[in-house]
Amino acid sequence: MMNSLHIDASKCTGCLQCEMACSYENHGVFATSKSRIKVFDFHSTGRKVPYTCTQCAEAWCMHACPVGAIHEDKALGAKVVNETTCVGCKVCTIACPFGTINYVADTGKVQKCDLCAGKPACAEACPTGAITFVDASWTGLDRMRAWAEKLDTNAPTA
Amino acid sequence: MKHVILGNGPTGVVAAETIRKMRPHDAIAVVGDEHERPYSRMAIPYLLEGKIAESGTLLRHDRNHWIDNRIELVEARASSIDADAKSVTLSNGEVLPYDRLLLATGSRPVRPPIPGMHLPEVVSCWTLQDARAILDRLRPGAKVLQMGAGFIGCIIMEAIANAVGKTGGSLTVVEMGDRMVPRMMTPKASALIRSWSEKSGVEVLTSTRVTAIEANVPHAGLLSLVYKAKNTKERVQVTFGDGSTRLFDFVICATGVAPAIDYLRGSGVEIGKLGGIVVDDHMRTTAPDVFAAGDCTESVDFSTGELMVNAIQPNAADQALVAGANMAGGAARTRGGLRMNVLETFGLISTSYGQWWGAEGGDHVEVVDEAAHSYIRLEFQDDRIIGATVVGRTHHIGALRGLIQTGAKLGADWKARLQADPNKFMDAYLATALSLA
Repeated sequence: MMNSLHIDASKCTGCLQCEMACSYENHGVFATSKSRIKVFDFHSTGRKVPYTCTQCAEAWCMHACPVGAIHEDKALGAKVVNETTCVGCKVCTIACPFGTINYVADTGKVQKCDLCAGKPACAEACPTGAITFVDASWTGLDRMRAWAEKLDTNAPTA
Repeated sequence: MKHVILGNGPTGVVAAETIRKMRPHDAIAVVGDEHERPYSRMAIPYLLEGKIAESGTLLRHDRNHWIDNRIELVEARASSIDADAKSVTLSNGEVLPYDRLLLATGSRPVRPPIPGMHLPEVVSCWTLQDARAILDRLRPGAKVLQMGAGFIGCIIMEAIANAVGKTGGSLTVVEMGDRMVPRMMTPKASALIRSWSEKSGVEVLTSTRVTAIEANVPHAGLLSLVYKAKNTKERVQVTFGDGSTRLFDFVICATGVAPAIDYLRGSGVEIGKLGGIVVDDHMRTTAPDVFAAGDCTESVDFSTGELMVNAIQPNAADQALVAGANMAGGAARTRGGLRMNVLETFGLISTSYGQWWGAEGGDHVEVVDEAAHSYIRLEFQDDRIIGATVVGRTHHIGALRGLIQTGAKLGADWKARLQADPNKFMDAYLATALSLA
């Protein structure tokens, strides 16, 4: 069964352990600015919302990439950037309607959540269970997909 | 069933792969006229910079990709199509019959009708062959004139300027419009890109035309020998609109592109007023079983509802998915293309989306920090974002597409917050489009 990141914002305290873990996993440093997951802090409601790529089926980033640098890891369902192939053109960053694939000026490449090859560091680091890595059917992915369909640029209807 | 796809750029390739996924047993032939494996023009600036090798421009890197997916690559140019007989005649005389045909022939560079454009020192920047021609002529100390400061012109400036170097070499960019990237950037954003480019050593001439280019062949004679010794590298003399002349080593012509559709003359496939192939929302042309997608089409602008010819990679990919799905027997539709562009000039990254120039009766917020070369402008219609221009920021930029294309209603509260700080667009997107706040 395919797992995916399940985010329950009501459990998030805004401790940023996920951002720390993500940047350490992918860049070897504790630097939240380099994290692929980001906690948004809504002062008016007091809500903290961790947010990252949902590995959407439409994969606008993957289809828009002009050099085939993004592929789907079939086992994980993750859309993965091949840094060697990426030329840093940033077309994927404007194509992704979720804003979750981003350009990293230091490397001249883009980065996105790749589910850490099946062991997401953010979920392991989260002390409150706000981020868990669970069976995809639990994660509200359907809601995300319903939203994605609103964009409806390419969804076959038959 | 046999699918023939004319054009082996991103559109043709994405469509072929889409058909293959849905129809494992159909025959698929992709026709391309360049003597290259399918590659991406978007990668050419990085080739010019020396950041990647030619192999880095390939659309698909696995050598066996085409064989594994049983996609036949045909190297030829389409001369004509016969929509009644359902066949394509190729430049090599071969006649390819089809059951479904996709026109994905993209654009061709357009050159202004001025004397001297045929000279070998005038090169376009479009194909890999063009890139090789530019690289052949680039040398430290070269004086280069670039015609056109549109998207392509601006994205290659850094590579050219770095290659010619700052001692002796120079890059002059001449643009007919009143600003750089006039079809992608607001005047303020353009001004930032211009000052940044000038700081990086580029000479920028706007509202300026080139009226003639001549070979700079010094006459025989005592005086000219001295002249010749000094100027052998400067092979062309360029005349500008004000009558002044200057010498350059060579000229790069990046004055725009137009749909590449010559082969459709007399085919019955309708060409629109803008010069692109007319398609419906299923990417069907006016001829039965003939589809078209990508830069050779004119399609509906999501923002205005009007037709546009837009050379925009993500839209081409979207159209290719729709066309491919429909050729494979599906029923996919497009809601129109959203304008979107991202440009990097000497490390300064700029982006625009949708109706970035604004709408009548709409309003906007604009924040500019000239010293930091950062800028953001959001265009609103009521409480929705309909367009955006951003310079100097890339993080979460895609959320602007999400906000614009879903027509997310911000409500008075979030609109007011964005008017106070437009950089909070990702927060607004989570709070409104996704109701997560």
